[in-house]
Amino acid sequence: MMDYDKLISKKCFEMKPSGIRRFFDMANAREGVISLGVGEPDFQTPWNVRQAAISSLERGKTKYTANSGMAELKTAIADKIQKDLGVTYDPSQVIVTVGGSEGIDIAIRSIVDPGDEVLVVEPCFVCYSPIVSLSGGVPVPLETKAENDFKLTADLLREKITDRTKMLILPFPNNPTGAVMDRKDLEEIAAVLEGTDILVLSDEIYSALTYGGEHTSIIQIGDMAERTILVNGFSKAYSMTGWRLGYVAAPAPLIKQMLKIHQYAIMCSPTVSQYAAVEAITACDKDVEKMRTEYDQRRRWLVKALNGIGLDCFEPRGAFYVFPSIKRTGLSSEEFCERLLNEYDVAVVPGNAFGDSGEGFIRISYAYSLKHIMTAVERINDFITHI
Amino acid sequence: MDQLLTLLKENARLSVSELAAMAAMSEEDVKSKIAAYEKDGTIRGYQALINEELADKNAVTAFIEVKVTPKAERGFDELANTIMGFDGVESVYLMSGSFDLAVTLSGTDYKEIALFVARRLSTLDGVVSTSTHFLLKKYKDRGVYMDTEIDERGLIAP
Ligand SMILES: Cc1ncc(COP(=O)(O)O)c(C=O)c1O
Repeated sequence: MMDYDKLISKKCFEMKPSGIRRFFDMANAREGVISLGVGEPDFQTPWNVRQAAISSLERGKTKYTANSGMAELKTAIADKIQKDLGVTYDPSQVIVTVGGSEGIDIAIRSIVDPGDEVLVVEPCFVCYSPIVSLSGGVPVPLETKAENDFKLTADLLREKITDRTKMLILPFPNNPTGAVMDRKDLEEIAAVLEGTDILVLSDEIYSALTYGGEHTSIIQIGDMAERTILVNGFSKAYSMTGWRLGYVAAPAPLIKQMLKIHQYAIMCSPTVSQYAAVEAITACDKDVEKMRTEYDQRRRWLVKALNGIGLDCFEPRGAFYVFPSIKRTGLSSEEFCERLLNEYDVAVVPGNAFGDSGEGFIRISYAYSLKHIMTAVERINDFITHI
Repeated sequence: MDQLLTLLKENARLSVSELAAMAAMSEEDVKSKIAAYEKDGTIRGYQALINEELADKNAVTAFIEVKVTPKAERGFDELANTIMGFDGVESVYLMSGSFDLAVTLSGTDYKEIALFVARRLSTLDGVVSTSTHFLLKKYKDRGVYMDTEIDERGLIAP
């Protein structure tokens, strides 16, 4: 028998599977679970987008596109960034990727050398640190705090910068906290970065889902676009998770390097999805607005309801998550979630799955119908009163 | 449309405090605004959206196109008034196009509807002709799919 463990690359072997995985298995083993546990929209992809995909297939658009993506789509993406953020990118500074996920991957892998330190704002989406480690880099957590509304502060950033710091990963609006960075917050971060050689990977996949104010990007501050790799995509804004489409926009010399990895690893993003994405980005502003309004209503209901049943939560202003504290229950995040699942059949995600600083919190997704959310919250309330 | 109306249109059972949270209004404002809408007739009622296929297997619904001769003084209103007074008539709309009044009628069986058209509707003064269409299957009603949609997402995902 072969000892496969010995054959696996050391870096891969040491990579921990996502902490969410265990919960996923536990939840799936039960019947009748209602979940507030997913990170993808509940809406259907707008019908005109699906039709555009069907039509592309009918017209036989089934070949590879250019490595970096269809010219029409890259132009539409550059136009969209110009319109939303007022920053100009040439379409050649855009790569169409397989989800924001691939954008994150090629951004990190093209920049990080062994020993480089990468500052990762935590709690955060699960993929950054493992990819940094796979590149031989050293992830350095920047632990944001509830008392700062889970924002990255200049002090925290300054404290962790060393002469090995290569990159800052800035994921706002944030999964799992729902935190956003306002212009003033970003200006303070920019002031710290100015004059350094630190690059920024700005994961703005939830930019379209910002409530009570416009999304602000670090590329809008001073000359920060010069040092920023912007990652965004279609999954969350247009409810297109399964289409696997996203993009990076960055200074030309960085694009040139990322494109090599993309070219060899991916060839090009799915053609049918690219045709769908052109329709989404050029003809779906109304749909996005409608979904955003509905998320916002659920968000307001949920924040009020959770505070009402004694789970303190700060008001998240982005994405589709709330991140209430469960500290007053005396349980750890994992205990809370396991008992909620096993005793009341509600699935939510323990905050520590998103970094150690998430301990004492749980992530609740409101990418569900309000009716569904209400039923789940009723059960959560039952659970809390019986702890 | 006012956000409050949009919310109620989707779910009339939301409580005042829920509506207040969702629409970012005070509870007082929600109450007084709803009262005003009810008073001026903007809100005409609150009903459950029922899938009749499950509630009453035998129920029958028909859409009837009615061509009429409008009266000199009162136009279509008089006849519309007469028709909407009958039991079982759920809606009466004045339409543009090849007919004038669209009447939705529900009944306990086909015969009841056929008799209504033959005896009551066709015989009315001013009705020129009728064309009756029976509803076979309801796919979507007032924005809601009649078949329960299946959530294909996993229970937990990052
Ligand atoms: C913060 C964040 N970034 C990136 C992604 C990846 O999204 P996709 O690869 O579908 O574009 C997700 C998905 O959950 C996310 O939450």
